Amino acid sequence: MSVIYVLIIVSLFVAIGFLIAFIWAVKSGQFEDTYTPSVRILMDDKPKNDAKEVE
Amino acid sequence: MLHAAEPRESVCVHCGEPAGKHPVVAHGQAFCCDGCRIVYELLREGPESLACDLPDLSQKKIDLDDPSNKFAFLDLPEVQDQLLDFREGDTCAVTFFIPSIHCSSCIWVLENLYKFRDGISQSRVQFLRKELYVVFDRQKISLRELVSLLAALGYEPRLHLSDLEKEKPRSSNRSLYLKLGVAGFAFGNIMLLALPEYLAFESFLSSPFRAFFGYVSIVLALPVLLYSSTEYFASAWAGLRHRIVNIDVPISIGILVLFFRSAFEILTRTGAGYLDSFTGLVFFLLIGKAFQKKTYDALSFERDFRSYFPISVLRIEADGERPVALPDLRVGDRIRIRHQELIPADASLLSAEAWIDYSFVTGESRLVKKSKGDILFAGGRIKGKAVELQVIKEVSQSYLTRMWNRDLFREQKKSRLASLSDTVAKYFTAVVLALAAGSFFYWFPQSHALAWNAFTAVLIVACPCALALSIPFALGNALRILGRQGLFMKNTEALEIMSRVDTLVFDKTGTLTEQGSAPVVFHPLNGGALTSDEKRWIRAVACQSTHPLSRQICQMLEQAGNADLREFHEQEGQGIEGKVDRNRIRLGSKLWVAHLNSDLDIPSDSETGAGSRVYVAINGAVRGYFAIMPKYRKGLLQAVRELKSRYFVTILSGDQDFERPLLETEFGKSVHLLFRQSPEAKLEFIHRLQQANKTVMMLGDGLNDAGALRQSDVGVAITENTAAFTPSCDAIFTADRLPRLPRFLRFSQSSVRVVLASFAISFLYNIVGLSFAVSGQLSPVIAAILMPLSSISVVAFATLATKISAKRLGVE
Repeated sequence: MSVIYVLIIVSLFVAIGFLIAFIWAVKSGQFEDTYTPSVRILMDDKPKNDAKEVE
Repeated sequence: MLHAAEPRESVCVHCGEPAGKHPVVAHGQAFCCDGCRIVYELLREGPESLACDLPDLSQKKIDLDDPSNKFAFLDLPEVQDQLLDFREGDTCAVTFFIPSIHCSSCIWVLENLYKFRDGISQSRVQFLRKELYVVFDRQKISLRELVSLLAALGYEPRLHLSDLEKEKPRSSNRSLYLKLGVAGFAFGNIMLLALPEYLAFESFLSSPFRAFFGYVSIVLALPVLLYSSTEYFASAWAGLRHRIVNIDVPISIGILVLFFRSAFEILTRTGAGYLDSFTGLVFFLLIGKAFQKKTYDALSFERDFRSYFPISVLRIEADGERPVALPDLRVGDRIRIRHQELIPADASLLSAEAWIDYSFVTGESRLVKKSKGDILFAGGRIKGKAVELQVIKEVSQSYLTRMWNRDLFREQKKSRLASLSDTVAKYFTAVVLALAAGSFFYWFPQSHALAWNAFTAVLIVACPCALALSIPFALGNALRILGRQGLFMKNTEALEIMSRVDTLVFDKTGTLTEQGSAPVVFHPLNGGALTSDEKRWIRAVACQSTHPLSRQICQMLEQAGNADLREFHEQEGQGIEGKVDRNRIRLGSKLWVAHLNSDLDIPSDSETGAGSRVYVAINGAVRGYFAIMPKYRKGLLQAVRELKSRYFVTILSGDQDFERPLLETEFGKSVHLLFRQSPEAKLEFIHRLQQANKTVMMLGDGLNDAGALRQSDVGVAITENTAAFTPSCDAIFTADRLPRLPRFLRFSQSSVRVVLASFAISFLYNIVGLSFAVSGQLSPVIAAILMPLSSISVVAFATLATKISAKRLGVE
C-alpha cells in the first residue's frame, strides 16, 4: 500500500506541470487576445486559395 | 466569397461585412475599409502576382511624403521618447491605437506591414483592443514615415496628448486568471484527497494515509490562502478602515475560519477539516469575479481632455515653423493653427480674424468670429484660414483644462449610494456574528470543545458564497446582454445605480438631435418658389450672419451663387437686413419682418406646426419663411415622452433657446428645458438635483458635458461610433439604440430584482446550514455538499432569470 505515497506524489507533480503550463499561458498573454490568433492562422501564405475564391 | 461580389449596397465586396454609411469606393465597388480594398486589388492583379508565395507589396505605390507636416512632430526626440515602448540601439517598438481596425483584412494588411517597407521587422495586431504593435529599425524607417505609411493605408493611428504620458498600467485580468487557476488546481486535488474521508472506510480512518492526505491538503491549500484570496482580505480591510462592513468582511471571516479550523483539526488529528470546501469557496468566488469583470477592450471610460488634444502644435520661430510638443508650449510662444485644428491653450489672436467652432466645449453649434487681439480659449476648433496665435496661458491652466483640475476629476469616482451587497452585508455580518456568539455561549457550559466547534461552524456555513455570487452573475449577465444591444456599462455598480435612477437629464445637441445640418424648407406666402435671383440675394445676406439659423440658410442656398451686398445690419434677437442689387432683404422673426407691412396675415406658429422659422421680406413685402426642423433622433422623441411619465426629465442645452417652442410642443410642460448652459452650469445643475436627493442619470456627448457626466450618478456618453472619443463616464451608448432607453431602464430594475431573489435563495441555504451548525454537527460532508449546491443553484437562477427578463422586456 505504501506505493500510494509514491503515486500521489507523482500525480501531484503531473498536476503541477499543468499548473505551470497554465501560468505560462496566462503570462504570455494568451488569455488577453482571444480573437486575432484565430484570424492569423487562416491568412498565412495561402494566396492561391484566396484567388480561387475571387474567381 | 462569390456572393459578396454581387454589387450590393453597404456590404463590403471583399469581406462581406457591412460597409457602413461611408464605404471606401474603388473599382466601382464598395469596401468596408482600405484594408479590404488593398487585398482586393492585389487579388485582382491576377494569378501571376499570386504565383509567388506572397504578393510583392513593396511594389505598391504609397506616397510617404507628408507635405502638410502633419506628422512632423514625430521627429521630435522628446515625443519619440514618450511614444516608443522601448528602444535598443536602432530597434524601436511602438504600440498604436488604430480605431479603424475592424475586419480580418485589416489584420492581414497590418500584419504584413513589413512587406510594404524595409525596416519593419514585426507588426502584430491586438484586434479586440484595436492596437498595433510594431518593431522597426529607425535607420531604415523613421517613426514619422511609419505613421505616414499607416495613414496612407487608411490606418491612421490616434495620437493624442494622453499618449505622451507614461503608460498607465492597463487593468489586466492576468492576475485574476492566475489566482483562479491556482484555486482551481488546489480545489481539484484536495477534492480527490478528501474523497476517502467522505466514504469513511473504517480502515482508512485509522490508517497513516489519513494524516498524510491531510498534510498534502494543507500544503495545497496554502497558496489559495496566501495568494488567491488576498483580494478579499484587502477589500475587507479597506472597508473596515472606512468603517464600512462590505460583503468581503463575512467572506474573509469565512475563509480564515475555514482554513485555520481545518489546519487545526488535521494537525491535532481530530478531524479531516474542510479544506475542499475552503478551496472550492475561493474558486467559485473568483469565477464570479471573472464573470463580473466584463471588459470592453476597445472602449475607454476614463478619458479626459488629454485624449482629445493633439500631441504637438506648430510654433513659429525665427527660422520658420517647427512642431513642439504641447507640454513644452510656453507663455508667449507664437503658434500657427490650421483649418480644423484645435486651439491647445488660451491665446490671443495675432491674425486679423478667425472663425472658431466652440461646440465641443460649450455645446453650442455656432461659429464665433474673433478679431485681432481677442482672447481665444483652448478647445475651440479653427475653421477656415490658418491663424497665428500668441499663447497667454499654459495648456494645463487653460479654460477647458481648468475644469479637470477640480477635485471631482482628481479623485476616483465614488458612488454616493451604498451598493446593494454592502447594505445586505452589514446586517448579514451582524446576524451571523450574533448567532455564532450565541451558540458559543450556549454550548460553553457543557463543553468547551463543542462551543468552539459550534462557533466556527456557524462562521463557516454562513460564509456568503452564494450571496456573493448573486450580484456577479445576475448583473454580470445583464451587462453582457446590454453590451450586445449597444449599451456598454463600465461595471455592475453602474448598472445597479441605473436601476435606482429617478431623474434623467439629456443634453440636447448631439444627444437628442443628430449631428449634421438640419433640413431647411422654404414655404412661400406670396408668390411661388424662390427665383434664382431671390436665392442669391437671400444667400448674400444670410451668409453675413453667424447666427446658426442664418448659417443653415446660407448652407442650403450654397448653389445659388454670389451677389453684391451693399449694406448689412444685424438686430440682436430680431433679424438681419441687407441691400443686395438695390433690393432690401430682411430675414428674421415674424415681428422683424411683418412690421414692414403689418396688414399681412401671417399664420401664427401654432397653426403650421413647430420648428424654427426665419421670415423673409423682399423690398418690404413678406415673401415667405424658411422652416428649419432640427433633426431629432428617430424614435427618441417617443422614448422621451414615454420616460417623462416615470422620471423627472430635464433637457439641457448650450444653445440659444430658439428651439424652445418646438421642444415644448413635443414634450409638454412636464419636461424641463434649460438653455444657454455652460459646462460648469450643467455640472452645478446636476449637483443641485443630487442635493435634493435625486438619483441622476445624465446623457450627453462631448467635452462640454464631461463635468455633468462625471458629477451625475450614472453618466452615459452618447456616441455615433464607439471608437470615437467619449468623455469619462459610466456607460457608453451607441446613438442609434437610444430610443430603447426606456426598455433598458426597466431591464436594469428587473435585474436588480433577480439579485434580490437570488439573495433569498442563498438565505434559505444558509438557514439549512445554520441549523446544522448551531447544534455543533456540521460534518465536512455536509459542508462539501451545501457549498457547491447553493452556489450552483444561485448561479443558474441568476443567469437564467436575467436572460428570461431580457426576453420578456424586449431587450434581446
